[in-house]
Amino acid sequence: MKPSDIGILIVDDEVSVRDALYKWFKFDGYRVDTAENATSALQKLQDNSWDIVLLDIKMPGMDGIELQRRIKQFDKSIITIIITAFASVDTSIQALKEGAFDYIVKPIDPDEMGHLIRNACEQRRLIYENIQLRQQLDEISFSEEIIGESPALKKVMDKVATVAQTDSTVMIRGESGTGKELIARAIHSNSNRRYFPIITINCGAYTEGLLESELFGHEKGAFTGALYRRRGKLEMADKGTVFLDEIGNIGHKMQMDLLRVIETREFTRLGGDRLINVDFRIICATNRDLEKAVRDGSFREDLYYRLNVFSITLPPLRERKSDIALIARFFIKKYAQAMNKNVTDLSPETLEVLSRYEWPGNVRELRNVIERAIVVAKGSYIDVSDLSFPFPPDIKNTEEDSLEAVEKSHIKKILERTGGNIAQAAHILKISRLTLYNKIEKYQLKK
Amino acid sequence: MACIYIVPIATESLFWLEPLTAGIFRSFGMRTKCAKVNIDISKAFDPLRQQYNSSYLLRELIAWPFAHADKVLGIAAVDLFIPILTFVFGEAQLEGPGAIVSMHRLNNKFYGMPENQSLLVQRIIKESIHELGHTFGLLHCSFPGCVLNASTYVEDIDQKSDKLCARCQQQLHIM
Repeated sequence: MKPSDIGILIVDDEVSVRDALYKWFKFDGYRVDTAENATSALQKLQDNSWDIVLLDIKMPGMDGIELQRRIKQFDKSIITIIITAFASVDTSIQALKEGAFDYIVKPIDPDEMGHLIRNACEQRRLIYENIQLRQQLDEISFSEEIIGESPALKKVMDKVATVAQTDSTVMIRGESGTGKELIARAIHSNSNRRYFPIITINCGAYTEGLLESELFGHEKGAFTGALYRRRGKLEMADKGTVFLDEIGNIGHKMQMDLLRVIETREFTRLGGDRLINVDFRIICATNRDLEKAVRDGSFREDLYYRLNVFSITLPPLRERKSDIALIARFFIKKYAQAMNKNVTDLSPETLEVLSRYEWPGNVRELRNVIERAIVVAKGSYIDVSDLSFPFPPDIKNTEEDSLEAVEKSHIKKILERTGGNIAQAAHILKISRLTLYNKIEKYQLKK
Repeated sequence: MACIYIVPIATESLFWLEPLTAGIFRSFGMRTKCAKVNIDISKAFDPLRQQYNSSYLLRELIAWPFAHADKVLGIAAVDLFIPILTFVFGEAQLEGPGAIVSMHRLNNKFYGMPENQSLLVQRIIKESIHELGHTFGLLHCSFPGCVLNASTYVEDIDQKSDKLCARCQQQLHIM
């Protein structure tokens, strides 16, 4: 920040002080103005923006302490510096307690004044930077990648907005690839904890011992190879959010430990005896049927109730097919830009194929299909030939097709899947082998 | 022809005058005249602080009717202050007619060190050009070597040169 970017308002009833300070700051290139009393100062605060206010503690009418209170009510980011004629400890402490950046005793040492203003400017710059960063964070708070206008998704996003403002534990359910982590991040970034970290732990990716060490950390020498003390992820998430992905995959001992931590918010590192207190919110996710797991005894009932306070179920992509075009176009834009390709849209036939596909891998699968298509696409549109599905869809059936056409296509698909094994295909189709032979004959499906 | 008047205050010794005249000419290309005027400095004296009010002396100085004066520069042997600050090396009116410089804290003797007349002269030149620069509308310069760089310690004055940096020179010509 250049001095000319900083506005300093001097509030003092003594004209000589106002003039001297005005001149001092003017020579340094700051934008300066003066006010002879609190009323005039408040008016000038309304009329213009000021970064630093130097104010005399003793003034007729409203004194400096009261003026400071009003300034902080008006804009708490304004830096106030109290000028006092006497080194009155009580008054100065009161001013500092009420948010003054510092105080200076008249007469001021020129060097002290220089340092004070430089420090105040630095503080102001940091406050300003902080405000800007928070604004940027707020702008991206709803993850860009949660795309869709379908009623099913809107219902989910309404739930996210409702629960984000609370501190409740959230359980996110949904098939693989539906965006459970994105939803967890959206909840975190719209909560009061958004300026603190969100720590993700994929519970399914660790063995029980490793998961324990990941979550709680360990002291030096806690086990073979523990050469250093290490903070656990729960500690790292202090004041933030812990996202426990694949919570349904944790073992019995870990379930017990986790239950205790959730209840007490304290734990010890592996090999340590010092209790560590942490403040975090838990969001967990699973694609397992936890109720069934509780019934068959593989998941603790008490932990289930602790975690399942507020539940959000993400719809699979096949249940919000109206969003497919939007999502596909989002990924086209993203990957075309990243790969520097001139692909701008989908051909109508491609869109139809995408809309009819069942998407067992959900949005993740759609993303991968689009990414691969962008790699191979030659023109500015993604063509059907550019698509490559891990589980190829039957692209010929349309609602206008006759029953015969659908039957032919289905038999052909099953025969392909069984490698032409008639007995296996007949079993899947729940028809006799003879009937199948007749149908093959009828539809000329012989190789 | 317009010139800068140099007015010694509370001093008879003028060992600094000739080098200062040369320094001012180098920086501003203007001739100087030395004028001895009778300013009652006792009215500027603050017995509590044992210092002289710089703003009062400056007001008295510019009130004096100098013929064809473009600027007036007072060089005072006494310690100067403005009420809010413990001391000042000098004071100037931004784009105004006058400036004043105190030799008191520029002298090594003030800091308990042996006198060094040539160093004192250098400091007087730097502070005079600095304050005169303000009267020509220049603000403090962030370039450390420029004479318009702000100084709150005498060591700061020694660090900088007695010349205006290229940017300040350019601004001076624009003005």
